[in-house]
Amino acid sequence: MPPAALNLLDVTVRSGSFRLEHLGFEVEPGAYAVLQGASGSGKTTILEAICGLRSIDSGEIVIRGARVDHLPPAHRGIGYVPQDGALFPTMTALRQIALPFELRGHGRAEAERRAWELAAMVGVEHLLARRPRGFSGGERQRVAIARALAREPDVLVMDEPMGALDDAMRSRVVESLQGVHRHSGVTVLHVTHDARDVSDLANRVLRLEGGAVRPD
Amino acid sequence: MSRWGHDRLFFITTTGLAGSYLLLILALLVAGATFTTPSAIFEALSSGPIRASAALSLITCTIATMLALWVAVPAGYLLARYDFPGKALLDVVFDVPIVLPPLVVGLFLLILFESAAGRFLQDHLLTVTHAVPAVILAQFCVATAFAVRAMRITFEQLDPRVEEVALVLGCSRWQAFHRVTLPQAGRGVLAAATLAWARSLGEFGPILVFAGATRGRTEVLPTTIFLEWSVGDLGAAVAVSLLLVGLAVAVLLATRLLGLRGWF
Repeated sequence: MPPAALNLLDVTVRSGSFRLEHLGFEVEPGAYAVLQGASGSGKTTILEAICGLRSIDSGEIVIRGARVDHLPPAHRGIGYVPQDGALFPTMTALRQIALPFELRGHGRAEAERRAWELAAMVGVEHLLARRPRGFSGGERQRVAIARALAREPDVLVMDEPMGALDDAMRSRVVESLQGVHRHSGVTVLHVTHDARDVSDLANRVLRLEGGAVRPD
Repeated sequence: MSRWGHDRLFFITTTGLAGSYLLLILALLVAGATFTTPSAIFEALSSGPIRASAALSLITCTIATMLALWVAVPAGYLLARYDFPGKALLDVVFDVPIVLPPLVVGLFLLILFESAAGRFLQDHLLTVTHAVPAVILAQFCVATAFAVRAMRITFEQLDPRVEEVALVLGCSRWQAFHRVTLPQAGRGVLAAATLAWARSLGEFGPILVFAGATRGRTEVLPTTIFLEWSVGDLGAAVAVSLLLVGLAVAVLLATRLLGLRGWF
């Protein structure tokens, strides 16, 4: 049986005076897992701990069978899409999607060719020559998803990727995410407070309630 | 008194107080500009010593600005992004040159470079006191404090999440800084450079004490004003002053054209 794509074992993590203790859950390879919890329940804190942006007090974070909680963010094999996309303001969409390929040693031409493929997958080819200023919320999120996929991650983690979108934009991002998951087979951990994300995307549901994560 | 009357009194008082200061500044500029004639100004500015002083000012200010940025960019980044023991103290130390009387900065620089360690450095590496390096160092000390402030504000305004995403995507700290963060800080770097250059240009007290006011050797534009004034040539002093006013106005206009209005 292959190891879980992502496994949190008895993890305790703090954010200021807020504390989540003895968290444990796993996500199987290829799953689209949605972690649903109320605002302020600690969803972002968990994602930051998984990404290595916040250190944990105790426990283990394991990705594809290897413990990663002591590794820097760059070496954890994670693609990260924060709530607002956090696009690089001075880079064109093409340059920022190509960046993870270049960081792994691909030449510029090859990196940009692959960036084009990912942009086509999420439907943002028309944005590639532009910088993010002026992108709509949905466009920002789809570029951020393509950029995270360029990391060729073991796990794609997304923090409320549709949190600030109107219904029309939300539908387009849902379509993009369904297409990405179908074509790439990447394991996804998507956190949200919105029950629609669960019904539209999840094939595995986790609930964060009272400081504990429970399968649905 | 009616409410309308109270409002009018308020606006008359505030406008009057602000206007009186504006009037003082305008009166200063008009007094300076009408003290001498354009031909006398042109003649004074064409003289060899003043041209040499202007050239030395431009060179030393530019070098001091580059050195200031070399320190201010990393210092501003550290102060904006990290919390560490002693940060409040470090913050105060960076501000010291701003609040110290200028002559004190010069005096302490002189004492430092005339100490045993300072003398050893000067004997074996580079003569500093009463030479051009002293001019640059005096300008650098004060300009850097202002540049650090500007860079700290710049980095504080940038979303740290963007840099964190770069780290998760595979960047090292250095790569995230120079590929993602520093390009976003471009306008701030320009603002810090402009501020540092303008401060360096007007520096006089530390230069007088540390570098001296030797004609043709450590003479920068503020020194020229002092030297011309001390020998009674007010016309030449005013001509150089007007040149400095022109450069200051040019810097202010440039910052506004570059959209850096909030910085000054």
